[in-house]
Amino acid sequence: MKKKFWLFPLLACILMLTGCGKSLSDQSVLNNAKQANTIVWGVKGDVKLFGLIDVKDGQQKGFDVDMAKHITKHILGPQGKAEFVTTTSQSRIPLLKNGNVDAVIATMSITPERKKIISFSKSYFDAGQSLLVPKDSSIKSTKDLNGKTVIGVVGANSVENIKKVAPRAKVIELQDYAQAMNALKSHQGDALTTDNGILFGLAVQNPGYEVRGGTFTVEPYGVAVNKGQTSFTEAVDKAVLEMQHDGEYNRLIKKWFGDVPGFKYKELYRR
Amino acid sequence: MINIFSKFSSQLFVGLGWTILSSVIALFFSLIIGTIFAIMEVVPSKVMRVIGHAYVEIMRNIPLLVITMFFYLVIPMYVVKINGFTAGTIGLTLYTSAFIAETIRSGIQSVSGGQMEGARSTGMTYWQAMRYIILPQAFKIVIPPLGNQFVNLVKNSSVLAFVAGFDLMYQANSIASTTFDTINSYLVVGVLYLIVTLPISYYMRHLEKKLG
Amino acid sequence: MQNWVNAFSWLNVRFLLMGLWVTIYISVISVILSFIIGSILGIIRYSKIKYVSAIVGFVIDIIRNIPLLLIIFFTYFGLPNFGLRPETIPAAIIAMTVFESCMIAEIVRSGIQSVSIGQMEGARSTGMSFVQALWHVVLPQAYKNMIPTIISQFVSLIKDTSLATIIVVPEMMQHAQVIYGQNANYILPMFAALAVLYFAVCFTLSIVGSMIGKHLS
Repeated sequence: MKKKFWLFPLLACILMLTGCGKSLSDQSVLNNAKQANTIVWGVKGDVKLFGLIDVKDGQQKGFDVDMAKHITKHILGPQGKAEFVTTTSQSRIPLLKNGNVDAVIATMSITPERKKIISFSKSYFDAGQSLLVPKDSSIKSTKDLNGKTVIGVVGANSVENIKKVAPRAKVIELQDYAQAMNALKSHQGDALTTDNGILFGLAVQNPGYEVRGGTFTVEPYGVAVNKGQTSFTEAVDKAVLEMQHDGEYNRLIKKWFGDVPGFKYKELYRR
Repeated sequence: MINIFSKFSSQLFVGLGWTILSSVIALFFSLIIGTIFAIMEVVPSKVMRVIGHAYVEIMRNIPLLVITMFFYLVIPMYVVKINGFTAGTIGLTLYTSAFIAETIRSGIQSVSGGQMEGARSTGMTYWQAMRYIILPQAFKIVIPPLGNQFVNLVKNSSVLAFVAGFDLMYQANSIASTTFDTINSYLVVGVLYLIVTLPISYYMRHLEKKLG
Repeated sequence: MQNWVNAFSWLNVRFLLMGLWVTIYISVISVILSFIIGSILGIIRYSKIKYVSAIVGFVIDIIRNIPLLLIIFFTYFGLPNFGLRPETIPAAIIAMTVFESCMIAEIVRSGIQSVSIGQMEGARSTGMSFVQALWHVVLPQAYKNMIPTIISQFVSLIKDTSLATIIVVPEMMQHAQVIYGQNANYILPMFAALAVLYFAVCFTLSIVGSMIGKHLS
């Protein structure tokens, strides 16, 4: 990364010359990845347990990132390289559509609206939307949200969901989960809503806050690719299935979610 | 583009309303605060001058985003709850006040030379001379560029999007992520920003030509 | 107090300084590029070349009158439509350069105009061509007057790089957010650090600017 941006002016020129005219939908992402022996993944950088930037080395770390690394090896072989681009809930779809990344594995729920413009693999993780509140909060479930302020993140479908479940709640959208969590701590809202896995990650970092009310939606996370890249989604599905059979999948679940208090990680095991 | 505009026009106009409201409030208060600190920068008292100078330099050399986020995330954690719109408007006010203070200060200094002594010799106190002789002339220099300050405020108010201030940029983010039509969503709000800023900019340039 | 000690652990400080380095890197390249491009655009706009100056002027006005955030979005999400797919840092550099070039162009145009009124005719009457008069007589004086304004525009550029955090550019604001994202107790120390570091960089440049200004006048 660091070395690369020295080359930027040159790179820009080359990209300008070579990039023009290529239509993304005509190219097979899978073939390109095999040729380059690299898959470029869009991952999160602000979500503990799934994709969080580590201050030690500036790398993204989490379940999604490990999944991406393993899937890459399954598709390209042991020498295959996985590259990572940090995305946010807001930027992941534009970056995918624009071809900045080959695939997105970033706590992204498979939804009918999204399926209209991009394709998904089969679900690789089953989350559900829930609420994070201070331990002394009176909010027990989504029923108590009317008239309250709920914090969400720009680009997350949890914002749309909460508007349906609690139409009289006021919803504010922040840029990422770090801002959202701090806004909750600053009493800018009464609850933070998103998928339970993300919320448990935040609860681990922030004693005094807990996940409440169980899940009120089903959020199957999928690997997203551009429309028409069925060879890639099939390869991902096959890789995930292989990982489930040889226990890799469960080891990753245990690695990331085994120590999370209150999270029944064994329910996520797949065989 | 047209589709997005017609489908989300009410949301967009609400955003535009908050953007303009925030900019107007910030312009009003930054003019007051800017004037106060400009005077502090030129009074004989050294302590006041240092304070005035320190304020201006601090606000001029720290990013608006840092100031705004500070009021949104940090102040509520330790002092008092401030919502996104207010935090953003406070940030804009403090940031802009430093630039206005600089303009007014140079306005004061460009007129004050002999005028202050002249006024004092007629028996006026320092503050009377400042109030009736110096400041009116300083404002004459400062008022025309205020239009440009307002344009800057409208543009800068987009930081409200970082703190859920419901402004135009916040609505754009929200529309872009529900329609997945990123570029067109931002093009629409770009046009809306221009509808506000461009006429003011052109009018200010016309004014400058006429005066200069 | 313990929060402050923990917040400024070596790892966090190093991470923050890595962000500062990216901030400076983006700023320096954008300053150089926008000074050159902005000067060219400003001169074109002043020169009243048929059609060209008017079009350049219109584009400059458009860009000067929309928020920088929009330009960042257009660069990062829009350029790929034209086959250019910049990473975050180059995207930030392009966005800053486009925006600041237009700001500088306007400064240069009005700077030239303010000295040129008498000077241009004087120089032309001695037999110089328009370009000669511009290059040898008008521009040197214009730039002398413009330096303080240009420097304060560059201070704005450095401050504005913080907006690039929205596309996850690994600059100082983004890195501070990552650090206080892991522990909300670090938020006050991180904002203090941001204020001090941005102030240090910008104020240094301001001082240099006013020194150059004094030296020239």
